[in-house]
Amino acid sequence: MRSRWQRFRESFFLYSFLRDPMAYVSFAIIVVLFIGAFGAPVLAPHNPYDPTTIDIMDSELPPVWSAEGSTKFLLGTDNMGRDMLSTMLYGMRISIIIGVGAVALQAFLGIVIGLLSGYISKLDNVLMRIADVQLSFSTYMIAIFIGAIFQTMFGVANYEKIAAPLLILIIGLAEWPQYARTVRASVLAERRKEYVEAARVIGLSKIRIMWRHILPNTLSPVLVISTVQVANAIMSEAALSFLGLGMPMSKPSLGSLITAGFEYIFSGSWWITIFPGFLLVLLVLVINLMGDWVRDYLNPKLYKG
Amino acid sequence: MGLPFRLLPKKHMFAFTVKRIAQALLVMLIISMIGFSIKSAFGDPVRELVGERVTPEERAQIRERLGLNDPFMVQYGRFLKNAVQGDLGRSFFFKKPVTEVIIAKAPATLELVFCASLIVILFSVPLGIYSAIHPKRFFSRFVMGGSIVGVSMPVFLTAIMLIYIFSVELKWLPSFGRGETVTIFGWWESGMLTWDGIKHLIMPSIALSSIMLPLFIRLIRSEMMEVLESEYVKYAWAKGLMPRRVWLVHAFKNTLLPVITVGGVQLGIMVAFTILTETVFQWQGMGSMFIESVERADTALMVSYIVVVGAIFVVVNTIVDLIYGLVNPTVRVAGRK
Repeated sequence: MRSRWQRFRESFFLYSFLRDPMAYVSFAIIVVLFIGAFGAPVLAPHNPYDPTTIDIMDSELPPVWSAEGSTKFLLGTDNMGRDMLSTMLYGMRISIIIGVGAVALQAFLGIVIGLLSGYISKLDNVLMRIADVQLSFSTYMIAIFIGAIFQTMFGVANYEKIAAPLLILIIGLAEWPQYARTVRASVLAERRKEYVEAARVIGLSKIRIMWRHILPNTLSPVLVISTVQVANAIMSEAALSFLGLGMPMSKPSLGSLITAGFEYIFSGSWWITIFPGFLLVLLVLVINLMGDWVRDYLNPKLYKG
Repeated sequence: MGLPFRLLPKKHMFAFTVKRIAQALLVMLIISMIGFSIKSAFGDPVRELVGERVTPEERAQIRERLGLNDPFMVQYGRFLKNAVQGDLGRSFFFKKPVTEVIIAKAPATLELVFCASLIVILFSVPLGIYSAIHPKRFFSRFVMGGSIVGVSMPVFLTAIMLIYIFSVELKWLPSFGRGETVTIFGWWESGMLTWDGIKHLIMPSIALSSIMLPLFIRLIRSEMMEVLESEYVKYAWAKGLMPRRVWLVHAFKNTLLPVITVGGVQLGIMVAFTILTETVFQWQGMGSMFIESVERADTALMVSYIVVVGAIFVVVNTIVDLIYGLVNPTVRVAGRK
């Protein structure tokens, strides 16, 4: 019996991964970005959450390569005198946590609703109508509306205190229909197969058949959309933050950093908004490219184009 | 499912239409119900009418007179009755009926959406067709690569970059507002008739179109490539038709149906992005009005925006579905179950 590692090394998965430069370059950048984000407390030269280390006299310093730049701050400082590089790393951590958290919530909601609606035809009509209507409104629109409603409900001050979990909730609620539709489609394809018949003949309960027999066979399309959904969730979070419905400036995500820097672009301080913007685009781009590869690998026939 | 178009009785279309309209009405009812619950839970109609400086007794009196102590369903019924007549309440910030505020702001947003759609149509059709016909050429690869970057770029960042390059560095174009406007038909404030207004329109429309353009290029390309593989296109080639005729008349015409359907759905995304674009450019349209109403806790205005935009969506989606059902009969039969 060969070891797991040996089997992995000889697998088609690894072969097709290494053959596609787009895939391994994107993956390498993702790894670097994730290490930077989650290693921020260790790697970042300054701590942007600690007000004692911030000096307002350092505010709006340009990056190190321009004339007035300081070697203390590699990419310059923002309007509050925080080191841009450190703030961006911490900000990316928040963006990624919210993105992944929101996708986990969407996937949970979507899988449960998709399974129910695929397996119990009485619920199918109602649940899929809701999903259709919500999709036709576009997820951004729904996210902005839910965000606006939450802010009215809690008031601005309270909203900012619990912004991170609220954003996960908002984006999760806005985007579950994608998952529900995907899962439902594969459940409809699976439920007619013989192994499901067999499980029913043995007398297993509906819930057990759904979770243990059908669900594992519907997971590969779920995996395919998950990668792209993380990128979408990060974009939604940035958009909400930009509109003032997201993370507060004391704990900025990449989106709120871009917003904060926007005011200073007219006085020539481009780095406060362009650097986090570039990082956001890079993050979303590599996740999207990775998602393309995962889609092609797992199911070449799933989507066209 | 397998029936040819000709054999389908007309009544299916009628049943489909009735069903679709009933569904649209139901969705509108649900949206208005959600809107009304937000309004009654968080809005304060007394403040909207008289402001803050009123004694508690007077306040209670006004509440009673306005019927705010009635049961929820009674109040909702009254709200619906008023809404159908075009009365959605008063904005406490503008001190005007919200319908008036929204109508005054609508032209700005509609002109922006119109110009952005124009850009999307003018560029996506030729680029999509070209990259489908010559998928291996360098220019097609460049377009496809650019479209992936475009999809990954948030619209507000595109807008900020445009402002930085063309307003701050080059000083060619104005960075905010609508510029000079002209009033036409008595109420429509148009920025498209003066040179200054058009200069103000350029960057916001480019920013707004930047998110739709990559999607449409990719969509047209993939649909077109699929059609180019089909039997009847091969047959058209075999007949010895001119390439231009095969591409445009035989192939492209048949990619239009999915493109129009998706286009209808994308309208929603476009409206969501007007909120972002208008915020960046301080464009005095419905989108920035909505965000300001959220910041000012102007609940009546906020809820009306949601209801009005919801209504626009439902109408557009229903029309797109009906057109699709008219052209593609299998949808009707499948919809009938």
